[in-house]
Amino acid sequence: MTGAANPASSAGRGARLRALNRKLLRDLSALKGQAAAIALVIASGVMTLMIAVTTLDALSLTQQRFYEDFHFADVFADLTRAPEAVSERLRGIPGVNRIETRVKAPVRLEVPGFGEPARGLLLSIPDGREALLNQLYLREGRLPDPGRADEVAVSDGFAAAHGLRAGDRITAIIRGRLTTLWISGTVLSPEHVYQAAPTDLLPDYRRYGILWMNRRALASAYGMEGAFNNVVLGLEAGASEARVIAEVDRVLGRYGGTGAYGRDDQHSHRFLHEELRQLRAQAAILPTIFMLVSAFLLNVVLGRIIRNQREQVAVLKAFGYHDRDIALHYGTMTGMIVAIGSALGIGFGLWAGSGLAGIYTEYFRFPELRFRLQGWVILLAIGVAAGAAMLGTLRSVRAAARLPPAEGMRPEPPARFHRGWLERSALRGWLDQPTRIVLRNVSRHPLKSALSVVGIAMSLGLLVMGAYQLNAVDHMIDTQYRQVMRMDLHLSFSDPTPARVQSELRHLPGVLVAETYRSVPVRLLAGHREYRTAVLGMDEQPYLRQLLDGRQRPQRLPPEGLLLTDYLAQDLGLRVGDRVRLEVQEGHRQTVTVPLVGVVDEPLGVGAYMRRAALNRLMREGPAVSGAWLMIDAGQEATLFERLWELPAIASVGMISEAEGDIREYMADTLLMFALVFVLLATSITFAVVYNNARIAFAERSRELATLQVLGYSRAEVSWILIGEILLLTLVALPVGWLIGTGFAWALNQAFSMDMFRVPLVLTPGAYGFATAVVLAASVAAAALVVRRLHRLDKLSLLKAVE
Amino acid sequence: MVFETRGLTKTYLMGEVQIHALQGVDLDLYAGELVVMLGASGSGKSTLLNIMGGLDTATSGSVRYRDQDLTHASERDLTLFRRDHVGFVFQFYNLIASLTARENVAIVTEISRDPMPPEEALARVGLKKRLDHFPAQLSGGEQQRVAIARAIAKQPAVLLCDEPTGALDSKTGIQVLEALEHINDEMRTTVAIITHNEVIGEMADRVVRLRDGRVEGIHVNDRRREPRELRW
Repeated sequence: MTGAANPASSAGRGARLRALNRKLLRDLSALKGQAAAIALVIASGVMTLMIAVTTLDALSLTQQRFYEDFHFADVFADLTRAPEAVSERLRGIPGVNRIETRVKAPVRLEVPGFGEPARGLLLSIPDGREALLNQLYLREGRLPDPGRADEVAVSDGFAAAHGLRAGDRITAIIRGRLTTLWISGTVLSPEHVYQAAPTDLLPDYRRYGILWMNRRALASAYGMEGAFNNVVLGLEAGASEARVIAEVDRVLGRYGGTGAYGRDDQHSHRFLHEELRQLRAQAAILPTIFMLVSAFLLNVVLGRIIRNQREQVAVLKAFGYHDRDIALHYGTMTGMIVAIGSALGIGFGLWAGSGLAGIYTEYFRFPELRFRLQGWVILLAIGVAAGAAMLGTLRSVRAAARLPPAEGMRPEPPARFHRGWLERSALRGWLDQPTRIVLRNVSRHPLKSALSVVGIAMSLGLLVMGAYQLNAVDHMIDTQYRQVMRMDLHLSFSDPTPARVQSELRHLPGVLVAETYRSVPVRLLAGHREYRTAVLGMDEQPYLRQLLDGRQRPQRLPPEGLLLTDYLAQDLGLRVGDRVRLEVQEGHRQTVTVPLVGVVDEPLGVGAYMRRAALNRLMREGPAVSGAWLMIDAGQEATLFERLWELPAIASVGMISEAEGDIREYMADTLLMFALVFVLLATSITFAVVYNNARIAFAERSRELATLQVLGYSRAEVSWILIGEILLLTLVALPVGWLIGTGFAWALNQAFSMDMFRVPLVLTPGAYGFATAVVLAASVAAAALVVRRLHRLDKLSLLKAVE
Repeated sequence: MVFETRGLTKTYLMGEVQIHALQGVDLDLYAGELVVMLGASGSGKSTLLNIMGGLDTATSGSVRYRDQDLTHASERDLTLFRRDHVGFVFQFYNLIASLTARENVAIVTEISRDPMPPEEALARVGLKKRLDHFPAQLSGGEQQRVAIARAIAKQPAVLLCDEPTGALDSKTGIQVLEALEHINDEMRTTVAIITHNEVIGEMADRVVRLRDGRVEGIHVNDRRREPRELRW
């Protein structure tokens, strides 16, 4: 037995595979079309993974640093008014580490040169010392001088939107009094990373600003001397947030506390958190899909390469190559495709990632959002790609390595043919010989044909999913702004106002329809779950703000009981008929239990709804309202604004068209951009899959086709055998692909449902049509390419050569 | 003695048909001889060659190479046996299309213990000037000679040739046979040629006739004829 070590082969191991490596390179270059197609799919997966993970990492890291360095508070509470001495009792609560009492004042702002009303929030900062919590990051200028009562620092988003610099002036109406304020600097706060107004979904930097003013000055302007109406607390590590919140509520109850809450319910933090959640879903779902497709493609392509090279494998083995040498050979072939795909994907990922950074800084105001490329992200991406490749090729490579050489040397046994049902059917007379060949080719290898069908169907599914996103986002915004929010203006009053204000509003110039609503902040409790929102009290069948049922029809509000957005009801684990605990966070702060009488289907935001009369009764008040919705005559908008601006009771005026524009812009920047990239990638994948299938069909049939041509078949007849097969597989794949696409869209829909918006599962015929058109176009192009190849074929040499 | 087979049988499935390729073969091959195995298609000659070359294993019976028992050798041992001792020549050359003549030889010399340079092997079969041609640029006879160069480059003890002239016209076939005889003469390599062409038997030391998976008879030639004397 030749048990002894083999000196020459082990010493020269590095060099000895040179000829084999040369074969590898030449094989790859012969396959460059197919290899490039697979590399592209891998690149897509690597890119999406890198973008999602890098963005996730950048946002999490920046958030964490900003929160830590600037001492973001853990617990927040609003109250009507409490003497400063109460802060000592709050400080004494076990688990509380730092505390900062503040004065918080909603204001109306006027910016020189900006014709529309703007809303603002004035927050106090301690005189002459740095705040202990929610410290400010100075972007420009300085903080307000402790000695000056008319200086403010403004949020950088607001400043940038209006071109405000340190030294500029704005006007604020604090408690009805017009006050001129000088800007000392622009700042950022961990409390307002996401600078949307409390009632808004998206930041509107022109119409909402946050201002910081010295405590003494603000207290005196707002009538809060020696008192506070807002407090933020920092907790010791390991302290129970729930217990601290309960204690804070107990202390502040008699001072009109509206219920303390943790970071989870803090407006800015919540949005950031949701964004991170969505990115996490993205990081998991999209790359998985791409990697599965590339695994599948590699499986098909490498499987067929190896099958075509079985004699070469047999010869190599006959001359003494080990199984592992063969495995290494084909493994390296896969590895090179993975390497090219990964390199491309990393390149694209870096480029797209830095572009994304720009978008994120628009919506999330951080001192600086730094995208860093981490080694582990690259390793992860390559690892996932390599894993997918391994999954796809393990079987073929193992089969090649284990191929018994004598078997590989024998020609493959002729395939077993039989007459299929189609040929036994009445159609038989219609089928010409080439068509019979097509049918038999497809049916003799049902598994191979099925794999091709699945490949095409998967890429079709990806296209359906991409088109779904593009269509559904539009559909979602249309639903929200054509069916749900039909008003032009949204007014909110500084305090509850008698309902008769409705007729006054109706008589303002340009007002076509006016409806009023009552809004009450509440905490909804169901089992262990809770959610802070506001109950909107409305007319029986509001015209300007509709409540849609599951079939998109407006529904009436029953005289009693609560309706919830279906997503919120589901989140709280509630069904129609269940009872909900409702803790009112205003006035008498009573807790009541009300039945859930219906759910509302709305794509943007979540809410709770009641008949206004019922809500007034619950609040033990007369017919009071908190705001109004107006439909207006656009021609008289300017006059109307002037009149509205004069009414001191109005805290804010929101233009719905602006909000819609903002939402559309946000969607275009984020979801739609992703969807567009996705559709482009899916299109390239489709071409890759279809072209690969066609090329392989061509390679397998070329001898047969050459024979037929020599026997006197025309080019067209012979081409039909190829085209027919491609066409047949594509047609079978279409319905399967529609199903897969619907499934993908459903999965995406589930993963991306959140408080802020829920893209509805609306699959339009257009989405299917688009996806189908791309697949058909790809099939036609692929067929054209292989038919051209067929015509260039050297028939005679092919007939002489032996497979 | 180089090879010794006793009671060798082989049964395999081809498509839906069970084939009894060998039905008890007893055969000895001696060092340095040139043996021609004659038989019609389906007589089991290729199967026998594959089993002796360690490409395939027998269903029953035994096969020995010198003092090594191949009957129960592991896949790994068979690989090493092929790598160190056997050179193959196939009917359809089985060259790797993406490699040049030189590289097709190098792919074997790179894993051999004591190979001759690929250029030398190609020179021995008269292809000194075709080193960097791809298979598609060579005639059938040249391709087969590249295959012979590939088989002898490792300086094997035995050369197993499966219908080496089967795909060639007689003139080119004779050139290939001359190359094989030359190897047998010069390097004292045991050469086994299987063919269905009776004429080729005249160049052998011994002629083994196979029929229906059995040895029908062995004939020892008084005199080996030169390949160029052969006509068919």
